[in-house]
Amino acid sequence: MTLVDLGTIRRLVSVTVDDVEHRVPEDATILDVLDRAGCDTPRLCQAPNLTPVNACRVCVVEVEGSRPLVPSCARRVEDGMVVRTDTERVAHSRRMVLELLGSANDMSQAGDDVARWSVEYGADPERYGPVGPPAAAGERGNRHPGHHAEPDGETRATVAQPVTVDNDLYVRDYARCILCYKCVEACGTDAQNTFAIAVAGRGFDATISTEFAVPLPESACVYCGNCIGVCPTGALKSVAEHELREAGEWDPEDETVTSTICSFCGVGCTLDLHVQHNTIVNVTSPHDHSVTHGHLCIKGRFGFQHVQNY
Amino acid sequence: MDLALLPDAPTDTERAAIDAVVPADPDTPGPLPAGERRDLLLPAFHAVMDAVGWISRGALGHVCARLGVPPAEAYGVATFYALFSVTPRAPRTAHVCDDVGCAAFGGEALCAALEDRLGPPGAREDVTWTRSPCLGMCERAPAVFLQRAEPEAGDGLGDHQQIAPADVTTVLEGLGGADVPGPDPVVSTPQAGADGLHLLARVGVADPADLDAYRAAGGYAGLRRALAVGAARVVDEVTTASLTGRGGAAFPTGTKWAAVAGSPEPEKYLVCNADESEPGTFKDRVLMEADPFALVEAMTVAGIAVGARTGYLYIRGEYPAAERAVRHAIDEARHHRLLGDDVMGSGRVFDLEVRRGAGAYICGEETALMNSLEGRRGEPRAKPPFPTVAGLFGKPTVINNVETLVNVLRIITEGGPEFAAVGSGRSTGSKLFCLAGTIARPGVYEVDMGTTLRELLELAGGVPPRLRAILLGGAAGSFVTPDQLDVPLTLEGTREIGASLGSGVVLCFDDDTDFAPVLRRIAGFFRDESCGQCVPCRVGTVRQEEALARIVRGREIGGRTTELQLLTDVDRVMTDASICGLGQTAASAVRSALKLGLVGASGATGGNGVESS
Repeated sequence: MTLVDLGTIRRLVSVTVDDVEHRVPEDATILDVLDRAGCDTPRLCQAPNLTPVNACRVCVVEVEGSRPLVPSCARRVEDGMVVRTDTERVAHSRRMVLELLGSANDMSQAGDDVARWSVEYGADPERYGPVGPPAAAGERGNRHPGHHAEPDGETRATVAQPVTVDNDLYVRDYARCILCYKCVEACGTDAQNTFAIAVAGRGFDATISTEFAVPLPESACVYCGNCIGVCPTGALKSVAEHELREAGEWDPEDETVTSTICSFCGVGCTLDLHVQHNTIVNVTSPHDHSVTHGHLCIKGRFGFQHVQNY
Repeated sequence: MDLALLPDAPTDTERAAIDAVVPADPDTPGPLPAGERRDLLLPAFHAVMDAVGWISRGALGHVCARLGVPPAEAYGVATFYALFSVTPRAPRTAHVCDDVGCAAFGGEALCAALEDRLGPPGAREDVTWTRSPCLGMCERAPAVFLQRAEPEAGDGLGDHQQIAPADVTTVLEGLGGADVPGPDPVVSTPQAGADGLHLLARVGVADPADLDAYRAAGGYAGLRRALAVGAARVVDEVTTASLTGRGGAAFPTGTKWAAVAGSPEPEKYLVCNADESEPGTFKDRVLMEADPFALVEAMTVAGIAVGARTGYLYIRGEYPAAERAVRHAIDEARHHRLLGDDVMGSGRVFDLEVRRGAGAYICGEETALMNSLEGRRGEPRAKPPFPTVAGLFGKPTVINNVETLVNVLRIITEGGPEFAAVGSGRSTGSKLFCLAGTIARPGVYEVDMGTTLRELLELAGGVPPRLRAILLGGAAGSFVTPDQLDVPLTLEGTREIGASLGSGVVLCFDDDTDFAPVLRRIAGFFRDESCGQCVPCRVGTVRQEEALARIVRGREIGGRTTELQLLTDVDRVMTDASICGLGQTAASAVRSALKLGLVGASGATGGNGVESS
């Protein structure tokens, strides 16, 4: 017998987006409507398998009756809501978010979408002056909230710092970290309930950190790698990928994806094996999979070496 | 939940301090059920700071074990607040205000003198000093907050002190452990004892520590009437009075109260926002120090009116004198059954809990404050849902500023229509203003809404000679000029000239002022106080400060016009797309100063012309 999940019965509400009316379920977000309408809405901190934190603000839209712009990823629709995405205000804020992030972070591994949006919206991170010196390892995590060295404006502050490699499975390249909170959510109540990492510090000096910034092996980390799975900028990645990239051997053009079922236990998680040059380089799971919701455990995500030991 | 804790053990002192704050669970000795009392996280950290002066690995681990909070999250909370330190720090630290109200009025000189005597911040292990944002004692600049760890302090409030005006001798004595004279709220209230005052009526008249004196001066008449007429009538009166929030956002108080009173949810909360930290603001401190029973009574009226059984008073960590005054008033009120399970014999239940902030301007934002009360980082929440629907602990919550609540007593005793007859439009009743800077008699002043800025200055000794500009409304407000002194001080009047009442700051600058450091301090303030959650504010405040540094140093990239365009672009994204009011107003003062040509050559940075509340 096949069980079909009909879900809850939802009322339909009417939402107008750029003068076009849409009938959508009442618990939809504005972003759901935009996606359905075929709008190319930029997003960074949003993920379909995580609770919205609406921190990046790149998906903002105008909503009639609201003075500030509204994050489309988090705001639920209301009947009669009038949304505009095609205004200069929306374009300006999206451009500035991409520009400000580009001015402070290494966005070079944030993917094709981000690169495309940056061009489309006209982000120009270079206008904030030359890049200042990178922080020494661990220095950013030791700044005291409410205090900072007064800048002279000659260079622009960034979050540049050395890559943290403190375990065999993954690296933390926080020069790329845009503080989207996704890894914290995945480590916490949205997936793993391990709580090994959290946001520490404040403001521009906030970082993703373990308690007292101890190395991951001394923390609660169980190496499920779900933080890697949700990281949008390459700040968190497997050691395998990191080493291939460092060696100049990372080759996404060659990458193929093979779906299979994890054989470690009886749950039967769907795995997508990412293969470059006949070698598994990463393992993910589809976020819309009813069992995994895109999340895996250490065995599913990293336990593939035996496949290659033939 | 199994917690993975670091192996470090707490010292006996740390353990004792923490255990004194975290109650043992009678049913399950040992840790409390996971996370159930996470709201005790900040009180536990305060206990450690008050006892030993910093939060060690062992102390943090013990807090986590007792409260069932994951250590990474607890560390994230501890590192959010400026008054907490997770690295060893001198147990006696002087926080010296170098903010806009103090820097040019002795603050910078005091920093230099302390550097001379103690070396740079953090140089010594026994005593040290550090710079601080506004400490809310601007009327007696320069201000110092002494954070002193003392294992034997005993009363659970620590051994912290405020000094204003501060000089290097007093600060060094205080760092040596001596008791120094605290702030005197009467001195801060030049109108004390005058006729026609409402909010300040008892200042300098009734002993703030004496309940009988408070009652003799008309105290608790409001609560008696509120209990007699019933909750619904009280909410109606507040709505009719058209009282608006005095913390800066000016939201109609009656609307909040009616929403929570009408909610079917059985559990509701009242929160008083006493985290006054808008630079230049000190009115709530004076109210709490000089008339603490009024706040306790007003919270009781409010709590019972909206159906809350518990009220939380979240008070700024840099206000030890106000905290002591308020705690004493609560104890007295409880002792005389004016709080508790039978308030004034009415059978109604209401009690108060005091919680201390830990050095974070953002916690004055209502949802950030609620997160802080719940033991989380002070990060604002997305709205909707609004606090009246899902506030503290996810329950319907009324959150009001100190001054707003104290206004309620007048509304209840005189009547809503009578209150609404004072002032005009949405701006009714009287309003407190914080006058400081180059003014003859600085202090807190109470005037009716609609009084002009000029009339207010007259009260404080006259329009300052050679007045160049006034920072109106605080760092989140804007600069106004001597030709605008006839603006009526109402929400509508200030809005008309592109300014706002904000929290009632009136900080005067004469034409000797170098505005470059003033603006850089404001920009630096927002960069320091941004919580870091959203990109526009987190990075925008950094870029604003950098661009301003280039402009005042004459090192523009691509010329003045290009830099002003850059500032306008940053201003717009912060104003339009930040999560909360901090980011949305972080460019306000800078924008107005540039527009007025207070720094460098004149040039216009228009912003988007949108009024920020």
